[in-house]
Amino acid sequence: MSPGTQGRRTPGADLPGHPDRLWRSAEPKRAYDVVIVGGGGHGLATAYYLAKNHGITDVAVLERGWLAGGNMARNTTIIRSNYLWDESAGIYEHALKLWEGLEEDLGYPLLFSQRGVLNLAHSLQDVRDSVRRVNANRLNGVDAEWLTPEQVKEVCPIVDISPDVRYPVLGGTYQPRAGIAKHDYVAWGFAKAAADLGVDMIEHCEVTGLDVRDGRVTGVQTTRGPIAAKKVALAAAGHSSVVAGYAGVSLPLQSHPLQALVSELLEPVHPTVVMSNAVHVYVSQAHKGELVMGAGIDAANSYRQRGAFHIIERQMSAALELFPVFARAHVLRTWGGVVDVTPDASPVVGLTPVEDLYVNCGWGTGGFKATPGVGWCYAHTVATGEPHPLNAPFSLDRFTTGKLVDEHGAAAVAH
Amino acid sequence: MLLIPCPWCGPRDEAEFHYGGQAHVAYPEDPAALSDEEWARYLFFRDNPKGLFAERWSHTAGCRRWFNAVRDTATNEIHAVYRTGEPRPVIA
Ligand SMILES: Cc1cc2nc3c(=O)[nH]c(=O)nc-3n(C[C@H](O)[C@H](O)[C@H](O)COP(=O)(O)OP(=O)(O)OC[C@H]3O[C@@H](n4cnc5c(N)ncnc54)[C@H](O)[C@@H]3O)c2cc1C
Ligand SMILES: [Zn+2]
Repeated sequence: MSPGTQGRRTPGADLPGHPDRLWRSAEPKRAYDVVIVGGGGHGLATAYYLAKNHGITDVAVLERGWLAGGNMARNTTIIRSNYLWDESAGIYEHALKLWEGLEEDLGYPLLFSQRGVLNLAHSLQDVRDSVRRVNANRLNGVDAEWLTPEQVKEVCPIVDISPDVRYPVLGGTYQPRAGIAKHDYVAWGFAKAAADLGVDMIEHCEVTGLDVRDGRVTGVQTTRGPIAAKKVALAAAGHSSVVAGYAGVSLPLQSHPLQALVSELLEPVHPTVVMSNAVHVYVSQAHKGELVMGAGIDAANSYRQRGAFHIIERQMSAALELFPVFARAHVLRTWGGVVDVTPDASPVVGLTPVEDLYVNCGWGTGGFKATPGVGWCYAHTVATGEPHPLNAPFSLDRFTTGKLVDEHGAAAVAH
Repeated sequence: MLLIPCPWCGPRDEAEFHYGGQAHVAYPEDPAALSDEEWARYLFFRDNPKGLFAERWSHTAGCRRWFNAVRDTATNEIHAVYRTGEPRPVIA
């Protein structure tokens, strides 16, 4: 779809109505083959692919709040696969390919819109890194182009490319297949499809302990009683350290607030997604018309789903630097989630030192785009007891072997 | 936004500070003697509690000195600040 066609319709006209009941909220049984801890996008996608790809349907998704009320409900929905390293390109591109067929597969509208992502370069080093990343992407079969400032302006006319600003736009990388989707619909689509295959969605059920006997996990303690499990798959995002700690497993994670904001509804002005690492902000325009903006984490560790206002102020001044046209837009709402950040800005997916206990975490500020891909690979890992080839590089032991997948900076703003 | 009581300057806005992560992480006495596991632990693993956390801050836009704080990461309440070199206070 060409940029802009979305906008010619009445904003919001193509949104389906709010669902009454898409899945049944189940009562916990006493035992399951697989218990998934965390009902965010990753937990739900994992449940779906366990059932669909592996025929494992005796599965419960345990969620301490309501389904997908964590980061899944709070992210800015950027989807792309233009990461630098082969390992990252592997799993993110797998995810992007799944996104491309996901609406049909789940039988549910996701408002997946491949409107492209621009990653701007503002310094010679930015330019060199970006061109290198474009070449790396192409070698991995990921669509990527290097654009001059004038070409940037063609893709997104409201970007200021004048040379007399503090951080002039020297060009940018463009991934046409990248884009956005509607996060809530993605969660509902996976939840509905998994529930239809027999998975139990158990809400308001907090896991408060993991039962480990002879080095093997045997079940979970919850606020709704103990539940036995042959296998336990963690997908608790910002709370992963806490949950893994119940089994004595420590993870190389720090939990930080990550904030985002939206403007009031505006006419369609922004046809793509623009990200800038140097002028730290990223901006897209949601289907209804809000400008959606975000940037980096709050520096201090915290489990509170809110951050400091000066972070929002910086984000907005960065946005104005790139888009002077936004000067009169008003902020409608700001919010935060708690994200689990690793030392190399890559996730941890795989086995743990405890048998039959699996971990998926560390997606930090950028795990929404991976949702179908990680669900696919994590389900394989849990079902077979062996890492899927695409998540094998993201094992916990890479911090001991030193084989990090360092996506800091390499992957532009990490969302 | 946190209001952080610098032990030298008093309460100041969070925007004046730089965060330094977990406090009291000592450099290994004999780095060459560490196993890979121990080295990984020193380099990459930090505590990440939901609750009391001893952490470092630098008052970069003020006195420019480092100090430690004990903060509850579940509420953001700062229970104590103390100068570098002082032991972590016991919080009831
Ligand atoms: C502001 C913001 C913007 C972002 N923007 C992007 C973006 O543009 N693109 C992108 O790719 N990614 C983005 N992300 C990151 C993305 O949201 C996360 O990486 C991803 O959602 C994590 O996977 P999840 O959906 O499973 O997490 P979550 O939705 O957080 O799911 C984890 C669930 O576990 C539950 N849980 C925790 N502890 C327990 C327990 N003890 N028992 C039971 N349940 C428990 C939580 O309640 C939560 O529902 C953003 C994140 C934020 C906060
Ligand atoms: Zn001071």
